[in-house]
Amino acid sequence: MKFTFFHLMPYRPLDLEAAGQYRSAWVVTPNSFFDPKKGADEYESYINQLVSAEALGFDAIAVNEHHQTAYGIMPAPNLIASALIQRTTKVRIAILGRALPLVSNPVNIAEEFAMLDVMSRGRIIAGFVRGIGAEYHSTGVNPAFSHERFHEAHDLIVRAWTETGPFEFEGEHYRLRYVNLWPRPYQSPHPPIWIPSQGSSETIRWAADPARKYPFLVTFSSEDAVVRYLSMYRDQAKAYGYECAPDQLGWAAPIYVSDTDERAREEAKAGAETLFNNFLPMPWEMLLPPGYTSIASLKTHLKMRPTHGSRNKTIDDLIASGTVVVGSPKTVRGRIERMRDQTGLNSVVAMMQFGVMPDHLARRSMEMFAAEVMPKLRD
Amino acid sequence: MAHKSERLSVRGVSVRSYRAGKGPTALFLHGAGGLPPVWLPFFEKLSQQFDLIVPEHPGFGASDDPGWIRNVPDLAMYYLDFLDAFDLRGVHLIGNSLGGWTAAEVAVRNCSRLASLTLLSPAGIRVKGVPVGDNFIWGPEEGVRNIYHDQNLAEAILKMVPSDEQAGQQLQNKLSATKFGWEPRWLNPFLEKWLHRISVPAHVVWGADDKLLPPAYARLWGERVPGAQVTIIEACGHLPHVEKADLAAAKVLAFLDRVAA
Repeated sequence: MKFTFFHLMPYRPLDLEAAGQYRSAWVVTPNSFFDPKKGADEYESYINQLVSAEALGFDAIAVNEHHQTAYGIMPAPNLIASALIQRTTKVRIAILGRALPLVSNPVNIAEEFAMLDVMSRGRIIAGFVRGIGAEYHSTGVNPAFSHERFHEAHDLIVRAWTETGPFEFEGEHYRLRYVNLWPRPYQSPHPPIWIPSQGSSETIRWAADPARKYPFLVTFSSEDAVVRYLSMYRDQAKAYGYECAPDQLGWAAPIYVSDTDERAREEAKAGAETLFNNFLPMPWEMLLPPGYTSIASLKTHLKMRPTHGSRNKTIDDLIASGTVVVGSPKTVRGRIERMRDQTGLNSVVAMMQFGVMPDHLARRSMEMFAAEVMPKLRD
Repeated sequence: MAHKSERLSVRGVSVRSYRAGKGPTALFLHGAGGLPPVWLPFFEKLSQQFDLIVPEHPGFGASDDPGWIRNVPDLAMYYLDFLDAFDLRGVHLIGNSLGGWTAAEVAVRNCSRLASLTLLSPAGIRVKGVPVGDNFIWGPEEGVRNIYHDQNLAEAILKMVPSDEQAGQQLQNKLSATKFGWEPRWLNPFLEKWLHRISVPAHVVWGADDKLLPPAYARLWGERVPGAQVTIIEACGHLPHVEKADLAAAKVLAFLDRVAA
């Protein structure tokens, strides 16, 4: 199996009680809650965590993009990726991902990824996402055109990476007289593209298409949901007439390892509960603005997640549903093996600092995971 | 008076439409919430003097949703085709909110089939420094409460449970409202500078307690549309024709009587 160490960079010093009076930690919590000096400490320790993952033997380190939120302070993840390139030598660097529909010119994304790929001599993995619903509020981009813009931006970026320029791009949302990428990407034909998703059927159909076969990464979902979505992807591949490769299937989850299940549970409790009760919650209007998902998917969501937005999740609920993987090395290994056996996945994206979890716990958990979980799951 | 429901088709786009009454034509364009689920008392009053047509916009409820109608100017062009297709003349065009915006877009393009323009808290222009309410971030209950001044009315509406079919149409309506109004928010930045082209008598009606589009907007419409009459209705929210049906109908009919005279 392959392992990625993934970071959201939450703003841990957030005054949780005071911030809790707002409808979400996204979009509307005033940025007076952000202290730049504490923010500088956060960036330093988080970048150090990411860098240390290389020596621990992770295959990739990963960052992601979110806007106007205490949930993650990486509105420009490529800046972090650029810093990571300077401090690492072999590990792959994944940006999971850039939110394509949110920009007015996707060529900028193609250019930045190409720069990072050349600077790192081909270590970049490019994640493409649509951004979460709240980001259509924070950027103003119309969610009714989210899918159209994503597909068009994707086509434009891949063409910019692979076709000799200059060429003209004529889309519905993007119209460019000259597309001529300098630099071109280091990897040929272009950096691998991964698709992190919460499992919309439209995304699965699109990612599994034989013309793309993009690795599909189910994020932050219960064990049942991860199994269901990865199975949907496999079935979709079969329907397209091919068997999907294990590397096409990935799972991103908060993971915490300690000496015993009980100790792991105690140590991960504050981090997991603040992630799911303080940093992540938002009302439906922010999570799924109209058009972000099809009306059919929206109806399914409304039925399947009646407790959405609850701020009372406990570590026990989260462990029981398999949304977080917390326990002794044996327990965590067992959970990953069980997921592998159920789905055939080969890619685990481990978020090992989450919520308010302090550095020393995150580091110890990373070290134990690398020493006692990863080796036994290697191919 | 009984109203009938019919399908009207223009250039291959079929819409559901209500119709009642005899007399000169009045065309009512609904707001972003969609066609009201009931025949409103306001419609009933208008239909006593007019041949009232209330179409459901393309993209809403039971009407077709052609992919090529992508913005409010497209919707306005559709209604110009609509006026031509049914050879409607001397039309009293009335619109609320999104429908008011659409009516103004129709009027700046071509007034030749219009006799008057009535705008009930229309969207479409921006008073700098006066933000509009964010109906897209409001929760379901908050949205209803912010649309009405009278919270007893809001309570009564919140108690209504939509059928599955209605709930499905509400999702469709929200999607179309988003398509037309999300960005720039309830605005066509290129509309205000053309409002001088409206060459028929115009009447702007606004609720004094409109939390979505504050009444400061009524003043700008009054300044930009030549000769427009502005009526502010006290203790009223964003839907004067629903919340103050009798008064709003009386004001609208009084204006239309003056136009006829």
